[in-house]
Amino acid sequence: MNTKEFKEGIRDGLPICLGYISVSMAFGLSAAKMGIPVWTAVLMSLTNLTSAGQFAGATLLATHGTYLELTISMLIINIRYFLMSLSVSQKVDKEFTTGRRLAASFGITDEVFAVSMQRRKELSFSYMTGLILTPVLGWTGGTLLGGVATSLLPEALSDAMGIALYGMFIAIIVPPAREHKNVMFAVLLAILASCAFTYLPVLNNVSGGWSVIIITVVVSAIAAFLFPVKEEEDD
Amino acid sequence: MNIPYLLIGIMIMAVVTYAIRVTPMVIFRKKIENERIKSFLYYIPYTVLAAMTFPAIFSSTQSSASSIAGCIVAVALAYFNKGLLVVALGAAGTAFLVGMLGL
Repeated sequence: MNTKEFKEGIRDGLPICLGYISVSMAFGLSAAKMGIPVWTAVLMSLTNLTSAGQFAGATLLATHGTYLELTISMLIINIRYFLMSLSVSQKVDKEFTTGRRLAASFGITDEVFAVSMQRRKELSFSYMTGLILTPVLGWTGGTLLGGVATSLLPEALSDAMGIALYGMFIAIIVPPAREHKNVMFAVLLAILASCAFTYLPVLNNVSGGWSVIIITVVVSAIAAFLFPVKEEEDD
Repeated sequence: MNIPYLLIGIMIMAVVTYAIRVTPMVIFRKKIENERIKSFLYYIPYTVLAAMTFPAIFSSTQSSASSIAGCIVAVALAYFNKGLLVVALGAAGTAFLVGMLGL
């Protein structure tokens, strides 16, 4: 374990952890409202580490959905992690053995992915361990807090925290979009497509999980076709 | 609530989610050299995060006024290269203040 890399991981993971605490408190709260025992909600957070998937899964379980429905929902909502893991697989260093790949894969969430892509060097196992550690604690601990002490945060504050994770995403996409016209193009096209999938008839019947996949694949392909990236620009 | 049913459900969720995450990490062990595919992968973080953020950010708080204000502040802070935490808290703080004003 490389201590310096591990500490950098912890440092970069802390903002994710803070954002997760509020979101997972909301999850713990709604799971409790649905009649799901707190300890099972905490277990779900610890083993799943995914926001949208857990909200959908808890809702299905509370309404006695079938295991098939549960499996298909998880596939559709979480399939975007496939693309994220694929990107991460291209950025890990040579020391990333199979065992390390099996371990680090567990923690690839939207935010962990986003932050690891922003790092300007190859990803070491020490860095990834630090990066994943506090978000897991925040996510699991927040679920517990939300389940047992729902009135801990004033509602206005927990409501405002809902925007924090989106703020993080904005912090990741805006600076490179400002510097590189090709990235700006990809970002704007993705936003346009996402709005179309949200507001246009027919398209808005596509579930959120699938529309993100379709937009990611199609827009990235268009951008790669129009503006191939040379080796040097690839950070 | 039926506990065995819940626990099996949670296990299924965990297995499916982990399988999605682990498969590419184990399959794609070598660096991809093809320039088109590398370019495609280069754009993925930006397109996936942009698609997930917009327009969802505008319904992330109770009122559109607070989420729009939070979004504007986030974009402005990010434009001037402020770090993740500053941008995230700036967005949340703005949304909180606007929410307090009752807008």
